[in-house]
Amino acid sequence: MKCAVLFSGGKDSTYAAYLAKQYDNEITCLISIISENPESYMFHTPSITKVNKQAEVMNIPIIIQQTKGIKEEELKDLKYAIKKAKINYKIEAVITGAVESAYQASRVQKICDDLNLECFNPLWQKKPEEQWDDLLKNGFEIIIIGVAAEGMEKELLGKKIDRKMINKLREINNKYRIHLSFEGGEAETFVLNCPLFSKKLIVQKKQTLGRGSSWKMEIDVN
Amino acid sequence: MILLIKTPKNRLHDLEFVKPIEDILKRDNINFKSIHFNKLSQKLINTADKIIISGTSLKDNYFLAYIKNFRWIKEFEKPILGICGGMHILGLIFKGEIKKCQEIGLTEIIFKNNFLGYHGKHQVYELHNLNVVSKEFNKYAISKNCVQAIKHKKKPFYGVQFHPEVRNKNLILNFTNL
Repeated sequence: MKCAVLFSGGKDSTYAAYLAKQYDNEITCLISIISENPESYMFHTPSITKVNKQAEVMNIPIIIQQTKGIKEEELKDLKYAIKKAKINYKIEAVITGAVESAYQASRVQKICDDLNLECFNPLWQKKPEEQWDDLLKNGFEIIIIGVAAEGMEKELLGKKIDRKMINKLREINNKYRIHLSFEGGEAETFVLNCPLFSKKLIVQKKQTLGRGSSWKMEIDVN
Repeated sequence: MILLIKTPKNRLHDLEFVKPIEDILKRDNINFKSIHFNKLSQKLINTADKIIISGTSLKDNYFLAYIKNFRWIKEFEKPILGICGGMHILGLIFKGEIKKCQEIGLTEIIFKNNFLGYHGKHQVYELHNLNVVSKEFNKYAISKNCVQAIKHKKKPFYGVQFHPEVRNKNLILNFTNL
């Protein structure tokens, strides 16, 4: 099936793309939404402009759609981008990295139904421990590029997620009750390498921005 | 052994509509076997103590074209739980009719009588464009739009329109403990 992946550049949407391919589907384009609202209910925002580089090393065209990020209105922008993918790349289905959010999943489902497209959520209800195991087993190199929760210190920015880091996250979870897979927006991630990439991305420049318990790292990759 | 019958046409949908049910069964060390409805044999059906029939995606009505593959349900005497598309199959086997009814996302429904341990108001996850009506089933729960839980008048066959594997995992465990 010809698919578009709703792609943020983070671990879940990249892994969903990987699974779609593993199950013999063809990814004909990526769709990324750049929201002006950092508090968006729908979209992950930090370093999203770097998705261009990821698309390049995946050799997949990307549709980048801007949105003001106003609740519900941002859905119109998403629908517009998916419609564009249907026309330009003949997609038959949309893939998302939704895990637990009924809010996100149901809105994408509705848009796909309206546009007569199939919708796949291959990570739906997946347990965080299993997701981390699968990511590491399959050679995903992931760094943290945003933190926004008590216990998630800004020192975590730029750090690679390996077994040691997962243990640290477990410790933070025991103390502060974070979601181990960051479903509550506790952190944002960026994939530097995975089996879909033709080469590994290297961080060239980084800049830390933020205040209080909300920090992000703007990165340049090549 | 619980036999978990998969209905999705595309295997990638198994991760969304079958695996979450498998994970609930695994967590409680419940012995089960998953198989696609096109690969079912009478021998395998005979070895099952209970059967769960999964749902599938909004656009996937492939299984409806193969409803004759489910005729064995008429002769089956042990408990069956049909989820979403699985409920449609149960209804259709017992002279039911498919109707259009769309619900997507979290919805409040009301169980008027005890249904697999659920009573009163509950929040459930919906994902359907169709619904089924069969006179051979009693209605146990409704939403604003359509029937949500049914039980056969004579047999231990249960159907739910919503997806209990998302927000009502205990309903599946209660079924396995029948």
